[in-house]
Amino acid sequence: MIRGFAVLLSFQLAGELSVRAAAWPIPGNVLGMALLLVALMLGLVRLEWVTEAAELVLSHMALLFVPVGVGVMLYFDLLAREWLPIVAATVLSTFVVIAVTGHVTQALAGAKPAAEDAGE
Amino acid sequence: MNELTALPLFGVALTLAAFALAHALYRRTGSVWLNPVLVAILSIIAFLLVTGIPYRSYARGGDLITFLLGPAVVALAVPLYQRRLELWRRKAAILCGIAAGSLASIVSACGIAWLLGGSRDVIVSVAPKSVTAPIAIGIAERISAIPALTAPVVVMTGCLGALCGAEFCRLVGIRTPLAAGLAVGTAAHGIGTARMLEIDRLAGTAAGLAIGLNGLATTILLPLLMVLAGG
Repeated sequence: MIRGFAVLLSFQLAGELSVRAAAWPIPGNVLGMALLLVALMLGLVRLEWVTEAAELVLSHMALLFVPVGVGVMLYFDLLAREWLPIVAATVLSTFVVIAVTGHVTQALAGAKPAAEDAGE
Repeated sequence: MNELTALPLFGVALTLAAFALAHALYRRTGSVWLNPVLVAILSIIAFLLVTGIPYRSYARGGDLITFLLGPAVVALAVPLYQRRLELWRRKAAILCGIAAGSLASIVSACGIAWLLGGSRDVIVSVAPKSVTAPIAIGIAERISAIPALTAPVVVMTGCLGALCGAEFCRLVGIRTPLAAGLAVGTAAHGIGTARMLEIDRLAGTAAGLAIGLNGLATTILLPLLMVLAGG
Protein backbone atom coordinates (compact mmCIF):
# COMPACT_ATOMS: atom_id res chain seq x y z
CA MET A 1 0.00 0.00 0.00
CA ILE A 2 2.75 2.48 0.98
CA ARG A 3 4.78 1.49 -2.07
CA GLY A 4 1.68 1.99 -4.23
CA PHE A 5 1.11 5.52 -2.94
CA ALA A 6 4.80 6.31 -3.32
CA VAL A 7 4.57 5.27 -6.99
CA LEU A 8 1.33 7.20 -7.63
CA LEU A 9 2.64 10.40 -5.99
CA SER A 10 6.02 10.10 -7.72
CA PHE A 11 4.34 9.88 -11.11
CA GLN A 12 2.09 12.81 -10.24
CA LEU A 13 5.18 14.80 -9.28
CA ALA A 14 6.94 13.79 -12.51
CA GLY A 15 3.84 14.91 -14.43
CA GLU A 16 3.68 18.26 -12.59
CA LEU A 17 7.38 18.89 -13.18
CA SER A 18 7.10 18.06 -16.89
CA VAL A 19 4.07 20.27 -17.61
CA ARG A 20 5.72 23.15 -15.77
CA ALA A 21 9.03 22.73 -17.59
CA ALA A 22 7.35 22.42 -21.02
CA ALA A 23 4.48 24.88 -20.26
CA TRP A 24 1.92 22.39 -21.59
CA PRO A 25 -1.76 23.20 -21.17
CA ILE A 26 -2.62 19.86 -19.52
CA PRO A 27 -2.72 19.14 -15.78
CA GLY A 28 0.25 17.37 -14.24
CA ASN A 29 -1.86 14.52 -12.86
CA VAL A 30 -3.25 13.68 -16.33
CA LEU A 31 0.31 13.54 -17.69
CA GLY A 32 1.27 11.49 -14.61
CA MET A 33 -1.45 8.99 -15.57
CA ALA A 34 0.00 8.73 -19.10
CA LEU A 35 3.55 8.33 -17.73
CA LEU A 36 2.46 5.57 -15.33
CA LEU A 37 0.68 3.77 -18.17
CA VAL A 38 3.89 3.87 -20.24
CA ALA A 39 5.97 2.70 -17.26
CA LEU A 40 3.59 -0.24 -16.71
CA MET A 41 3.80 -1.20 -20.40
CA LEU A 42 7.60 -1.00 -20.38
CA GLY A 43 7.73 -3.10 -17.21
CA LEU A 44 9.45 -0.33 -15.22
CA VAL A 45 6.60 -0.50 -12.69
CA ARG A 46 5.03 -3.83 -11.78
CA LEU A 47 1.25 -3.96 -11.66
CA GLU A 48 1.19 -5.57 -8.20
CA TRP A 49 3.09 -2.60 -6.72
CA VAL A 50 0.21 -0.24 -7.44
CA THR A 51 -3.03 -2.26 -7.61
CA GLU A 52 -3.90 -2.01 -3.91
CA ALA A 53 -3.38 1.76 -3.63
CA ALA A 54 -5.07 2.39 -7.00
CA GLU A 55 -8.06 0.30 -5.98
CA LEU A 56 -8.40 2.27 -2.74
CA VAL A 57 -8.41 5.75 -4.32
CA LEU A 58 -10.46 4.76 -7.38
CA SER A 59 -13.20 3.08 -5.36
CA HIS A 60 -13.56 6.27 -3.27
CA MET A 61 -13.10 8.76 -6.09
CA ALA A 62 -16.63 10.16 -5.73
CA LEU A 63 -15.93 11.27 -2.13
CA LEU A 64 -12.85 13.20 -3.28
CA PHE A 65 -15.00 15.56 -5.38
CA VAL A 66 -17.21 16.71 -2.48
CA PRO A 67 -15.01 19.64 -1.30
CA VAL A 68 -14.60 20.78 -4.94
CA GLY A 69 -18.38 20.87 -5.26
CA VAL A 70 -18.81 22.82 -2.03
CA GLY A 71 -16.61 25.49 -3.66
CA VAL A 72 -19.55 26.34 -5.95
CA MET A 73 -21.01 28.34 -3.02
CA LEU A 74 -18.33 30.99 -3.61
CA TYR A 75 -19.84 31.75 -7.01
CA PHE A 76 -23.55 32.03 -6.16
CA ASP A 77 -23.63 35.78 -6.97
CA LEU A 78 -21.91 35.32 -10.31
CA LEU A 79 -24.21 32.42 -11.25
CA ALA A 80 -27.36 34.27 -10.18
CA ARG A 81 -26.66 37.20 -12.51
CA GLU A 82 -27.19 35.24 -15.75
CA TRP A 83 -28.56 32.00 -14.37
CA LEU A 84 -30.81 31.03 -17.30
CA PRO A 85 -28.23 30.84 -20.14
CA ILE A 86 -25.69 29.30 -17.72
CA VAL A 87 -27.94 26.58 -16.33
CA ALA A 88 -29.65 25.78 -19.65
CA ALA A 89 -26.33 25.56 -21.53
CA THR A 90 -24.82 23.36 -18.80
CA VAL A 91 -27.74 20.95 -18.55
CA LEU A 92 -28.76 20.59 -22.20
CA SER A 93 -25.21 20.48 -23.53
CA THR A 94 -24.31 17.71 -21.07
CA PHE A 95 -27.06 15.52 -22.51
CA VAL A 96 -26.03 16.43 -26.09
CA VAL A 97 -22.44 15.35 -25.40
CA ILE A 98 -23.50 12.04 -23.85
CA ALA A 99 -25.78 11.22 -26.80
CA VAL A 100 -23.23 12.23 -29.48
CA THR A 101 -20.18 10.55 -27.90
CA GLY A 102 -22.07 7.37 -27.02
CA HIS A 103 -23.70 6.94 -30.40
CA VAL A 104 -20.58 7.74 -32.45
CA THR A 105 -18.55 5.26 -30.37
CA GLN A 106 -21.25 2.61 -30.51
CA ALA A 107 -21.72 3.00 -34.27
CA LEU A 108 -17.99 2.52 -34.90
CA ALA A 109 -17.23 -0.11 -32.24
CA GLY A 110 -20.41 -2.17 -32.58
CA ALA A 111 -23.50 -2.06 -30.39
CA LYS A 112 -23.03 -5.51 -28.89
CA PRO A 113 -21.13 -5.80 -25.62
CA ALA A 114 -17.85 -7.41 -26.65
CA ALA A 115 -18.16 -10.95 -25.30
CA GLU A 116 -14.81 -12.05 -26.72
CA ASP A 117 -13.08 -9.56 -24.46
CA ALA A 118 -14.46 -11.04 -21.28
CA GLY A 119 -11.54 -13.38 -20.76
CA GLU A 120 -8.87 -10.82 -21.54
CA MET B 1 -15.79 27.23 18.37
CA ASN B 2 -14.02 29.40 15.79
CA GLU B 3 -10.71 27.88 16.80
CA LEU B 4 -12.09 24.40 16.24
CA THR B 5 -13.65 25.09 12.83
CA ALA B 6 -10.39 26.69 11.68
CA LEU B 7 -8.61 23.33 12.09
CA PRO B 8 -8.32 21.03 9.04
CA LEU B 9 -9.98 18.44 11.27
CA PHE B 10 -13.32 20.26 10.92
CA GLY B 11 -13.46 20.17 7.10
CA VAL B 12 -12.31 16.57 6.89
CA ALA B 13 -14.74 15.39 9.57
CA LEU B 14 -17.67 17.32 8.06
CA THR B 15 -16.96 15.96 4.56
CA LEU B 16 -16.67 12.34 5.68
CA ALA B 17 -19.73 12.56 7.94
CA ALA B 18 -21.86 14.21 5.23
CA PHE B 19 -20.74 11.67 2.62
CA ALA B 20 -21.31 8.70 4.95
CA LEU B 21 -24.83 9.92 5.76
CA ALA B 22 -25.58 10.69 2.09
CA HIS B 23 -24.31 7.24 1.13
CA ALA B 24 -26.47 5.55 3.76
CA LEU B 25 -29.49 7.49 2.49
CA TYR B 26 -28.70 6.46 -1.09
CA ARG B 27 -28.35 2.80 -0.10
CA ARG B 28 -31.54 2.91 1.93
CA THR B 29 -33.67 4.51 -0.81
CA GLY B 30 -31.86 3.32 -3.95
CA SER B 31 -32.95 6.53 -5.71
CA VAL B 32 -30.53 7.88 -8.37
CA TRP B 33 -31.73 11.41 -7.53
CA LEU B 34 -30.12 11.03 -4.10
CA ASN B 35 -26.62 10.77 -5.61
CA PRO B 36 -24.32 10.77 -2.54
CA VAL B 37 -21.86 13.31 -4.00
CA LEU B 38 -24.61 15.81 -4.75
CA VAL B 39 -26.43 15.27 -1.45
CA ALA B 40 -23.15 15.63 0.49
CA ILE B 41 -22.24 18.84 -1.39
CA LEU B 42 -25.67 20.42 -0.87
CA SER B 43 -25.87 19.46 2.80
CA ILE B 44 -22.38 20.84 3.53
CA ILE B 45 -23.24 24.12 1.73
CA ALA B 46 -26.49 24.33 3.73
CA PHE B 47 -24.64 23.58 6.97
CA LEU B 48 -22.04 26.29 6.33
CA LEU B 49 -24.70 28.85 5.37
CA VAL B 50 -26.84 28.09 8.43
CA THR B 51 -23.98 28.09 10.93
CA GLY B 52 -22.21 31.03 9.27
CA ILE B 53 -18.91 29.16 9.25
CA PRO B 54 -16.83 30.70 6.44
CA TYR B 55 -15.96 28.61 3.39
CA ARG B 56 -12.27 29.33 4.06
CA SER B 57 -12.43 27.45 7.38
CA TYR B 58 -14.09 24.45 5.72
CA ALA B 59 -11.55 24.49 2.88
CA ARG B 60 -8.60 23.92 5.25
CA GLY B 61 -9.83 20.35 5.67
CA GLY B 62 -11.54 20.12 2.29
CA ASP B 63 -8.25 20.81 0.54
CA LEU B 64 -6.70 17.75 2.22
CA ILE B 65 -9.37 15.57 0.61
CA THR B 66 -9.05 17.36 -2.74
CA PHE B 67 -5.31 16.63 -2.59
CA LEU B 68 -6.05 12.91 -3.02
CA LEU B 69 -7.66 13.63 -6.41
CA GLY B 70 -4.14 13.96 -7.82
CA PRO B 71 -3.04 10.37 -7.09
CA ALA B 72 -6.58 9.17 -7.95
CA VAL B 73 -6.23 10.52 -11.51
CA VAL B 74 -2.75 8.94 -11.80
CA ALA B 75 -4.26 5.67 -10.53
CA LEU B 76 -6.56 5.56 -13.58
CA ALA B 77 -3.47 4.26 -15.42
CA VAL B 78 -3.98 0.92 -13.63
CA PRO B 79 -7.38 -0.02 -15.14
CA LEU B 80 -6.22 1.48 -18.47
CA TYR B 81 -3.22 -0.85 -18.40
CA GLN B 82 -5.37 -3.85 -17.46
CA ARG B 83 -7.79 -3.13 -20.33
CA ARG B 84 -5.20 -1.88 -22.83
CA LEU B 85 -5.71 -4.61 -25.49
CA GLU B 86 -9.47 -4.21 -25.49
CA LEU B 87 -9.24 -0.41 -25.72
CA TRP B 88 -6.48 -0.44 -28.34
CA ARG B 89 -8.58 -2.67 -30.60
CA ARG B 90 -11.28 0.03 -30.59
CA LYS B 91 -8.99 3.03 -30.81
CA ALA B 92 -10.64 4.51 -33.92
CA ALA B 93 -14.12 4.38 -32.37
CA ILE B 94 -12.81 5.82 -29.10
CA LEU B 95 -10.96 8.74 -30.71
CA CYS B 96 -13.85 9.58 -33.08
CA GLY B 97 -16.38 9.38 -30.24
CA ILE B 98 -14.40 11.73 -28.01
CA ALA B 99 -13.61 14.19 -30.83
CA ALA B 100 -17.29 14.31 -31.81
CA GLY B 101 -18.28 14.78 -28.17
CA SER B 102 -15.77 17.60 -27.66
CA LEU B 103 -17.06 19.42 -30.74
CA ALA B 104 -20.70 18.84 -29.74
CA SER B 105 -19.96 20.17 -26.26
CA ILE B 106 -18.45 23.46 -27.44
CA VAL B 107 -21.07 24.08 -30.15
CA SER B 108 -24.11 23.16 -28.02
CA ALA B 109 -22.99 24.96 -24.84
CA CYS B 110 -22.06 28.19 -26.65
CA GLY B 111 -25.08 27.94 -28.97
CA ILE B 112 -27.61 27.52 -26.16
CA ALA B 113 -26.03 30.31 -24.07
CA TRP B 114 -26.10 32.58 -27.15
CA LEU B 115 -29.72 31.73 -28.02
CA LEU B 116 -30.81 32.55 -24.48
CA GLY B 117 -29.18 35.95 -24.63
CA GLY B 118 -26.06 35.21 -22.59
CA SER B 119 -23.33 37.85 -22.61
CA ARG B 120 -20.03 37.15 -24.38
CA ASP B 121 -18.46 36.40 -21.00
CA VAL B 122 -21.05 33.69 -20.30
CA ILE B 123 -20.88 32.20 -23.81
CA VAL B 124 -17.10 31.68 -23.74
CA SER B 125 -17.00 30.69 -20.07
CA VAL B 126 -19.39 27.74 -20.55
CA ALA B 127 -17.48 26.50 -23.64
CA PRO B 128 -15.05 24.22 -21.72
CA LYS B 129 -17.78 22.96 -19.33
CA SER B 130 -17.19 19.24 -20.06
CA VAL B 131 -13.44 19.42 -19.51
CA THR B 132 -11.83 18.34 -16.23
CA ALA B 133 -11.47 21.37 -13.91
CA PRO B 134 -7.70 21.96 -14.06
CA ILE B 135 -7.68 21.86 -17.89
CA ALA B 136 -10.92 23.87 -18.14
CA ILE B 137 -9.49 26.69 -15.98
CA GLY B 138 -6.36 26.75 -18.16
CA ILE B 139 -8.48 26.93 -21.32
CA ALA B 140 -10.70 29.66 -19.83
CA GLU B 141 -7.65 31.79 -19.11
CA ARG B 142 -6.29 31.36 -22.62
CA ILE B 143 -9.54 32.31 -24.39
CA SER B 144 -10.07 35.27 -22.00
CA ALA B 145 -13.17 33.76 -20.42
CA ILE B 146 -13.91 34.14 -16.69
CA PRO B 147 -12.30 31.21 -14.81
CA ALA B 148 -14.48 31.97 -11.75
CA LEU B 149 -17.54 31.27 -13.89
CA THR B 150 -16.06 28.27 -15.69
CA ALA B 151 -15.19 26.53 -12.38
CA PRO B 152 -18.73 26.17 -10.97
CA VAL B 153 -20.12 25.34 -14.43
CA VAL B 154 -17.61 22.49 -14.73
CA VAL B 155 -18.57 21.16 -11.29
CA MET B 156 -22.31 21.37 -12.05
CA THR B 157 -21.75 19.54 -15.34
CA GLY B 158 -19.90 16.77 -13.51
CA CYS B 159 -22.63 16.41 -10.88
CA LEU B 160 -25.32 16.23 -13.55
CA GLY B 161 -23.40 13.53 -15.45
CA ALA B 162 -22.91 11.56 -12.23
CA LEU B 163 -26.53 12.03 -11.26
CA CYS B 164 -28.22 10.71 -14.39
CA GLY B 165 -25.58 10.08 -17.09
CA ALA B 166 -25.86 6.30 -16.89
CA GLU B 167 -29.67 6.44 -16.89
CA PHE B 168 -29.68 8.86 -19.85
CA CYS B 169 -27.41 6.46 -21.80
CA ARG B 170 -29.96 3.66 -21.37
CA LEU B 171 -32.78 6.04 -22.35
CA VAL B 172 -31.17 6.99 -25.70
CA GLY B 173 -30.00 3.44 -26.53
CA ILE B 174 -26.31 3.62 -25.60
CA ARG B 175 -25.89 0.05 -24.40
CA THR B 176 -22.24 -1.01 -24.31
CA PRO B 177 -20.13 -0.19 -21.24
CA LEU B 178 -17.42 1.22 -23.55
CA ALA B 179 -19.77 3.70 -25.26
CA ALA B 180 -21.57 4.65 -22.04
CA GLY B 181 -18.28 5.14 -20.18
CA LEU B 182 -16.76 7.29 -22.92
CA ALA B 183 -19.99 9.29 -23.20
CA VAL B 184 -20.22 10.11 -19.48
CA GLY B 185 -16.45 10.65 -19.17
CA THR B 186 -16.42 13.03 -22.15
CA ALA B 187 -19.50 14.92 -20.89
CA ALA B 188 -18.87 14.92 -17.14
CA HIS B 189 -15.10 14.34 -16.64
CA GLY B 190 -13.93 13.08 -13.22
CA ILE B 191 -17.20 13.33 -11.30
CA GLY B 192 -18.98 11.33 -14.02
CA THR B 193 -16.06 8.89 -14.08
CA ALA B 194 -16.32 8.27 -10.34
CA ARG B 195 -19.96 7.22 -10.81
CA MET B 196 -19.17 5.01 -13.83
CA LEU B 197 -16.41 3.28 -11.83
CA GLU B 198 -19.06 2.27 -9.30
CA ILE B 199 -21.34 0.87 -11.99
CA ASP B 200 -18.92 -1.01 -14.27
CA ARG B 201 -15.12 -1.29 -14.32
CA LEU B 202 -14.77 -1.05 -18.12
CA ALA B 203 -17.18 1.91 -18.29
CA GLY B 204 -15.23 3.66 -15.53
CA THR B 205 -11.92 2.97 -17.28
CA ALA B 206 -13.23 4.32 -20.60
CA ALA B 207 -14.54 7.39 -18.77
CA GLY B 208 -11.11 7.95 -17.22
CA LEU B 209 -9.50 7.76 -20.65
CA ALA B 210 -12.05 10.29 -21.94
CA ILE B 211 -11.11 12.83 -19.22
CA GLY B 212 -7.60 13.19 -20.64
CA LEU B 213 -8.48 12.89 -24.32
CA ASN B 214 -11.44 15.30 -24.16
CA GLY B 215 -9.23 17.79 -22.31
CA LEU B 216 -6.71 17.53 -25.12
CA ALA B 217 -9.36 17.70 -27.89
CA THR B 218 -11.07 20.77 -26.40
CA THR B 219 -7.74 22.52 -25.81
CA ILE B 220 -7.06 22.19 -29.55
CA LEU B 221 -10.61 22.64 -30.95
CA LEU B 222 -11.88 25.60 -28.91
CA PRO B 223 -9.36 28.24 -30.06
CA LEU B 224 -9.86 27.06 -33.67
CA LEU B 225 -13.65 27.34 -33.41
CA MET B 226 -13.36 30.78 -31.85
CA VAL B 227 -11.33 31.98 -34.83
CA LEU B 228 -14.00 30.53 -37.16
CA ALA B 229 -16.78 32.21 -35.17
CA GLY B 230 -14.96 35.54 -35.36
CA GLY B 231 -13.76 35.58 -31.73
